[in-house]
Amino acid sequence: MIAVSDKPIRAGGRRSRIPPGAFSGPPPPGPSQGKEPAAGGRSRFNADAIFRGITGSFAGFVLLLVAGMATVMTIASMPAIRKFGWHFLVSSTWDPVQDQYGALPFLFGTLLSSFLALLIAVPLSLGIATFLSELAPERPARILGFLVELLAAIPSVIYGLWGIFVMVPMLRNGPQAWLSAHLGFLPIFAGPAYGVGMMAAGLILAIMILPTISAISLEVFRAVPRAQREAALALGATRWETTRMAVLSYARPGILGAVILGLGRALGETMAVTMLIGNRPAISASLLAPGYTMASVIANEFSEATGDLYLSALIEVALVLFGLTVLLNVGARYLVWSTVKRGENRA
Amino acid sequence: MIASESQLQRRQWLSHAMTAGAFLCVLLALVPLVSVLVYIGGEGLRAINLDFFLHLPKPVGEVGGGMANAIVGSLELLALACLFGLPVGILGGVYLSEFGSSKFATAVRFTADVLSGVPSIVVGVFVFTLMVRPMHSFSALAGGVALGILMIPVVMRTTEELMRLVPGSLREAALALGVPRWRTILLVVLANARGGILTGVMLAIARVAGETAPLLFTALGNRFWSFSLKEPISSLPVQIFTYSIAPYDDWHRQAWAGALVLILMVLSLNIAGRLALRRRMEKAR
Amino acid sequence: MNRPETLPGRETAAPAGGGRIEVRGLHAWFGTHQVLHGIDLDFSPRQVTAIIGPSGCGKSTLLRTMNRLHEETPGTRLTGSITLDGEDIHAPGTDAVRLRRDVGMVFQRPNPFPNMSVRDNVLAGFKLNHEKRKDEREILERTLRSAALWDELKDMLHKPGSSLSGGQQQRLCIARALAVEPKVLLMDEPCSALDPVSTNKIEELIFELKKSLTIVIVTHNMQQAARVSDFTAFLMVGKLVEVGATRKIFTSPEQRLTEDYVTGRFG
Repeated sequence: MIAVSDKPIRAGGRRSRIPPGAFSGPPPPGPSQGKEPAAGGRSRFNADAIFRGITGSFAGFVLLLVAGMATVMTIASMPAIRKFGWHFLVSSTWDPVQDQYGALPFLFGTLLSSFLALLIAVPLSLGIATFLSELAPERPARILGFLVELLAAIPSVIYGLWGIFVMVPMLRNGPQAWLSAHLGFLPIFAGPAYGVGMMAAGLILAIMILPTISAISLEVFRAVPRAQREAALALGATRWETTRMAVLSYARPGILGAVILGLGRALGETMAVTMLIGNRPAISASLLAPGYTMASVIANEFSEATGDLYLSALIEVALVLFGLTVLLNVGARYLVWSTVKRGENRA
Repeated sequence: MIASESQLQRRQWLSHAMTAGAFLCVLLALVPLVSVLVYIGGEGLRAINLDFFLHLPKPVGEVGGGMANAIVGSLELLALACLFGLPVGILGGVYLSEFGSSKFATAVRFTADVLSGVPSIVVGVFVFTLMVRPMHSFSALAGGVALGILMIPVVMRTTEELMRLVPGSLREAALALGVPRWRTILLVVLANARGGILTGVMLAIARVAGETAPLLFTALGNRFWSFSLKEPISSLPVQIFTYSIAPYDDWHRQAWAGALVLILMVLSLNIAGRLALRRRMEKAR
Repeated sequence: MNRPETLPGRETAAPAGGGRIEVRGLHAWFGTHQVLHGIDLDFSPRQVTAIIGPSGCGKSTLLRTMNRLHEETPGTRLTGSITLDGEDIHAPGTDAVRLRRDVGMVFQRPNPFPNMSVRDNVLAGFKLNHEKRKDEREILERTLRSAALWDELKDMLHKPGSSLSGGQQQRLCIARALAVEPKVLLMDEPCSALDPVSTNKIEELIFELKKSLTIVIVTHNMQQAARVSDFTAFLMVGKLVEVGATRKIFTSPEQRLTEDYVTGRFG
């Protein structure tokens, strides 16, 4: 997904600065005051209630949408669920010809590529957030932050295009050739350097989730009360020690939330990965070898899936992906919300 | 007892080293940004020509042609997405800002945030199951709905946030004059937040304009012009995808040209939207 | 009033002397707005000096120039000089980090590190300066005793600092500052967020601490200034109106403005 997905969180943070319902609270005649019609008479009460009802039902549409997704996809994947059961998640046979479907290679590819992405993106993002919030002067920080967030605006398919024609040749002729030649005896660098494969996918994912993680971490850092930093400085801490003692430790749950949100984004990222991972449903320990992810198998095979069971199996893959990302998002949002709120209550 | 000078110097040195390291992280992050922009700009400018904007794709093997239908198709899909996503997003946002203290509103807010984290390809699968399968056809309508769903959380939360920036005193002034609450909201609050909501819409469009995954099996793609809502329709992102993984040099050339057009569209909307939004937030503070 | 009994170990913790601060011709600006106008003031070892004045008079800024925490506010500018035992603390070569080892600070609202235990909070500053950890235990006990917290907290050293009451948190912050063994302790309205009982405890503590420290306390509570300080400086709109022995300031000030203020006619 293109990530303006961090925007709503920011909204969540800012919202709590205004007491909830500040504007829907006590003002004169209003439906929220409830039972008895106010001085304005019956008709006004009704008009207000209708307005509230209409906007409320549009808001409620979101609930319906998410519930609908879960239901519709569960029903549509029932044939596959009935046929394969839990075996679907642990079998590595994906054979449309024999109508045998096991999603393990995709699960493996998704998790491994996302893990690689986190490995690269998390330290970088924390460095970026630390620099922008603690170390850089305000104006340059704003400009640099703006540029980093621009990374999130570039469409996935464009990263894919750039990856195919710029990054992959560079990887193949540079680091991968070297790794293959010199460290090829290690299982994780075994095999020829194709360019495309797990490493390329992890790298492009890292670039894509970096703005998400750094933007949310930055927000969490900025929510750390000034008094915390001053406490550390007054003890004679250097700039870095202040960051470590007052900021990083205070913001730990929020950072975890940011990382999980980044992971959620990496799991579902489709186009760039599809274009760079090599699309081979095999489980290999080598980072140089091609792989496959849940999102990319859907992208590649969905519109050509013949046969109901085939389609149903692909929808089940989507359902698993949906479940995973919803779980991660629920957990992460909770962590970020709670950190930002705590900061505001103390500030 | 008092620590030595050299230890203090070491601590200062570590602090400077960490600062340099953090700055290096920022530079490293900007490398791909610059590289992507330079390549898209360079290759795209070399590849783009008038034909690209005016012609249909040529059959496989023939050189030339353009993406005219994909550009128009993308605009059509975005219009459909707005038609579907904006009412839900904006009215839902109005509800959250004006009646947002209930448990129901909290649930909506949280669900909207979760929805914005659902992978776009999953939304594509959902719309396929819901619309394409029963209608037995890929269609522009399905593509528009898929993009519309992706717009909803963004529009909803920006609308809410921007309406909350409208000072409470303005609401109270209108209410005190005896204006009913619903008219106050529509005439005073919404009118005041209008500019901001528009920027929110721009950002939402920028967010979905480059989406490819949800269109792969909803709008599908089309090598020809198509104006019916019930037929598959071509789009810029899908066309870029198809061309860039194909083995023809001329298609690659066109993929770069398409990428240049797409990125200009997305980045200009995104940058303009973010600058406007930032100005608005700062003014309100 | 019952003071806490003698504090063991305080003698060894006392710096060999020093801790004299001299402020000369100090002007300060936030951007274009001038907040301090030519302040001249001395702060002597083993004395408590209170800085009083209406809010916005620059008293907190003055305090923060003495450990250079004012540098954290972008756009702040200073002229004039402040010396600690004769050394210019704003001289280009002077390290703010080293300065703050000698000049500790306690803030308006208690600000313990919430994710650290009581123990880690107390030792946070100490650990920065001392790599050998063997006397940690001793420092911990000594500083907690100095802050009159040992008896209350000796069984909960591993509880998070944020779980204490407000008054305990503030004394924990004092202990944290003492563990660095400063010569000067700056207190920025340390009781403004506390209840009367906790306030009383802190005031008793100040009385003990001044035996070995230079204490500068900013307060807008005149009774507090009268109770705890030996000298009082009265600031208004960034200018030093009057400074002198506390008794004199509160009974027979030389300036009319001072008299009006301490008798509560404005402010």
